[in-house]
Amino acid sequence: MKTHLPGSQFRVPGSGLLGGASVPASRGPFQRFNVSTFQRLTATSIWLMALSVRAQLAIQGETVYTMDGAPIRDGIVLTTKEGKIKSVGKAASIKVPEGVRLLKAKVVTPGLIDARSVVGFSGILNQPHDQEQLEKSAAIQPELRAVDGFNPRDPLVEYVRSFGVTTLHTGHAPGALVSGQTMIVKTHPLRLDQALVVPAAMTAATLGPGATGAGGKPPGTSSKAVAMLRAELIRATEYARKQSKKEADKRPSRDLRLEALGRALDGSQPLLVTAHRHQDILSALRIAAEFKLKIVLDGAADAPFVLDPIKKSGFPIILHPTMARAQGEEENLSFETAAKLRKAGIPFALQSGYESYVPKTRVVLFEAAVAAANGLTFEQALSSITLDAAKLLGIQKRVGSLESGKDADLALYDGDPFEYATHCVGVVVNGVVTDEGVR
Amino acid sequence: MRNEPVPLPPWRAWRCLLALALASAGADAVAQEPPIAFVGAKIITVSGNDIDGGVLVFEAGKIKSVGPPGAAVPPGAVVHNVAGKVIMPGLVDTHSHIGGVPTGEPSAPIQPELRVLDAFDVRDPTVQKAQAGGITTANVMSGSGLLCSGQTVYLKLRDGESIDDLLITNKYGRVAGGLKMANGTNSRRDPPFPGTRAKSAALVREKFIAAQEYRDKIERAKGDPEKLPARDLAMESLVEVLKGERVVQHHTHRHDDILTVLRLQKEFGFRAVLHHVSDAWKVAEEIAAAKAPCSVIVVDSPGGKIEARDVDFKTGAVLEQAGVLTGFHTDDPVTDSRLFLRSAALAVRGGMTRAGALKALTLAGAEMLDLEDRIGSLDAGKDADFIVLSGEPFSVYTHIEETWIEGRKVFDRSDPKDRLWSTGGPGAGKPRDGLSCCFGEEDPR
Repeated sequence: MKTHLPGSQFRVPGSGLLGGASVPASRGPFQRFNVSTFQRLTATSIWLMALSVRAQLAIQGETVYTMDGAPIRDGIVLTTKEGKIKSVGKAASIKVPEGVRLLKAKVVTPGLIDARSVVGFSGILNQPHDQEQLEKSAAIQPELRAVDGFNPRDPLVEYVRSFGVTTLHTGHAPGALVSGQTMIVKTHPLRLDQALVVPAAMTAATLGPGATGAGGKPPGTSSKAVAMLRAELIRATEYARKQSKKEADKRPSRDLRLEALGRALDGSQPLLVTAHRHQDILSALRIAAEFKLKIVLDGAADAPFVLDPIKKSGFPIILHPTMARAQGEEENLSFETAAKLRKAGIPFALQSGYESYVPKTRVVLFEAAVAAANGLTFEQALSSITLDAAKLLGIQKRVGSLESGKDADLALYDGDPFEYATHCVGVVVNGVVTDEGVR
Repeated sequence: MRNEPVPLPPWRAWRCLLALALASAGADAVAQEPPIAFVGAKIITVSGNDIDGGVLVFEAGKIKSVGPPGAAVPPGAVVHNVAGKVIMPGLVDTHSHIGGVPTGEPSAPIQPELRVLDAFDVRDPTVQKAQAGGITTANVMSGSGLLCSGQTVYLKLRDGESIDDLLITNKYGRVAGGLKMANGTNSRRDPPFPGTRAKSAALVREKFIAAQEYRDKIERAKGDPEKLPARDLAMESLVEVLKGERVVQHHTHRHDDILTVLRLQKEFGFRAVLHHVSDAWKVAEEIAAAKAPCSVIVVDSPGGKIEARDVDFKTGAVLEQAGVLTGFHTDDPVTDSRLFLRSAALAVRGGMTRAGALKALTLAGAEMLDLEDRIGSLDAGKDADFIVLSGEPFSVYTHIEETWIEGRKVFDRSDPKDRLWSTGGPGAGKPRDGLSCCFGEEDPR
């Protein structure tokens, strides 16, 4: 597991002391010192092109957290050539066919799922040309598709993958009343068509100060925001009714916006409502009840204030990053909210969220780690970025646990994945070994 | 220099006398109290080897002794049994924006006369959260939007009612602090701000040359009031820098910007700590040769601005290997003060040694603030600034249980009020209440 990316070919001018030429071929993590993440990530892409041919793999872990029953001590996951999981079990009970490559690690987990991200939209450089996560021309634009904005080659896609993230629910950010759609995609670096899991997953909305008052345009207040959203949902309801008319000439012209909202109304594309303050969370529940919407709450810093109504609604929460900045409408957030949701029996998953500055993205592994140190058990925290996230996103048939027939998405670690100083030492996406460094 | 020390306001002195261990008044204030001994913890001294089951004794705000298991406890000492815990020096955050200080005055690019002293809110919740994060000393600065945004303050995060209660007096009798400077993209914008890197350097050089001339005029005047130049607050601050009495705390990211700081430093002879240093791993040799200390920011991912494109967990390790004095900072709110230990832990993930990372959080930071004689390690005679941890400092599962400054507990996780600052939750974003109630009323303590 020490096969390094071809970093040593880079010689950074002016770094004589630790420059490429003087670095021996194998020096553990220090071998990476002569290239930047940016260069390394770019190099990875090229390298993966050459090695993208799928072959059967065996991944052996001293502990394998399958998220399907108890962890297996000395377990093996065998994949198929097609990139699915063939079998999972004790090493002693699984015969690895001859010639199949064997990867070993201390700890093996399912590939991690980031339940709410903007990676691939909010690019690494944070310059106008690489920021695709928020269109500010109008308050309500559910017609904006995620697939039309996603950049699978942004270095941050590979960056989060290098820590074990194999699936992203990513797309339009909070910040507009309805900012656009989201998608679910693998962090597989190659063809988007192979990487896509769900092209149109949810429609992203925001209630509260995060989406009011921008540039003097409406909505300027929470009341106005809710009124505008309700009006648009009523229009979409009416549109859907007219569109279902038998006579083609009685149907209205196609309207992308109302069609998109129609999918929130018929439940095929849930409304993902970012709301942090308790009153905004309750507004979201009120709108959901009025229009019989299926919603997912996002952020929800004030969730501990309103656990009962949330629990009663049955809607899940994609909770703010555990380490999100406790400022503004998120000033009440707590490291312990995940544990409180767990105790209340409210389904939830963790996320990396949106970052406007530095760091450009969070890593959902780190967010789960801090939740594990603040009231969640190890396996509850791991589940919040694997199986629970898969269930919340409705993709549990494909990902989230290590079970026969699911996608061969795995993350390999040299210790407790949540410990700060543990490294991710391997990542497998759709049966392809994408990362083998020490991260 | 003719800069007077900032005096402690007399109306405050009486009130603080009882409760607060002040820089100058500290010893008197707590002299009547018995010594305190912490027995049984693993003591990370930073200056020497770790001591398993050691004995830490302090009195009157100062460390009396740090000894092995069974070391004598002075008679009458209050003994805290902390078996199974870990004790280490209080953390030194070399770059923080707690206390609600303004990020930057927009009126001009170089304003060395501005003082954080005049803009710090002691009741801001960020101060409480920093205590919960084990930070006992912080260099609080304004932002990087100016080439020079003014004078920073080195604060002891004592519980106080005004910034006067948190100040440190340096060996010149003045309020301890540095001078915040910046280069790269943050301070670039429309005139009078610079539009390019070369212009940035030219503006700074002009100002330092003016300060040299100001300094020379004062020297030539030999105290003759007729010959002294008119007082100039900006120049006075820069002259302190030229004399090495005030350290430049310099924001810089890109490799060429780092080298520009070193070039200006060579020209004018000022002392500087390099901050953030995203690209330091590319020019570690040059930094080491210039003997420039580096305070590293550790963030979860690269990017967010072009200059931070190559940020990497490995920076601490590279600098350590190159022999550079290496510290860390939170840049709070960029990273959270409560997670300062995590910054160093991620540097360990990137290849830094545990010992190097522990020193970086404490003694190295103290050196960067010229406070290494007082703080940064657990040694007899130093301030009793320390934290009690539930386990190894670099484990995610470890919690900071107590923070002590000059022998006084300022954070206790078992106290529900303090716990709120530690974990967050309803009310954690609100300012702390005053320590005493209202004007003219009896101090409840």
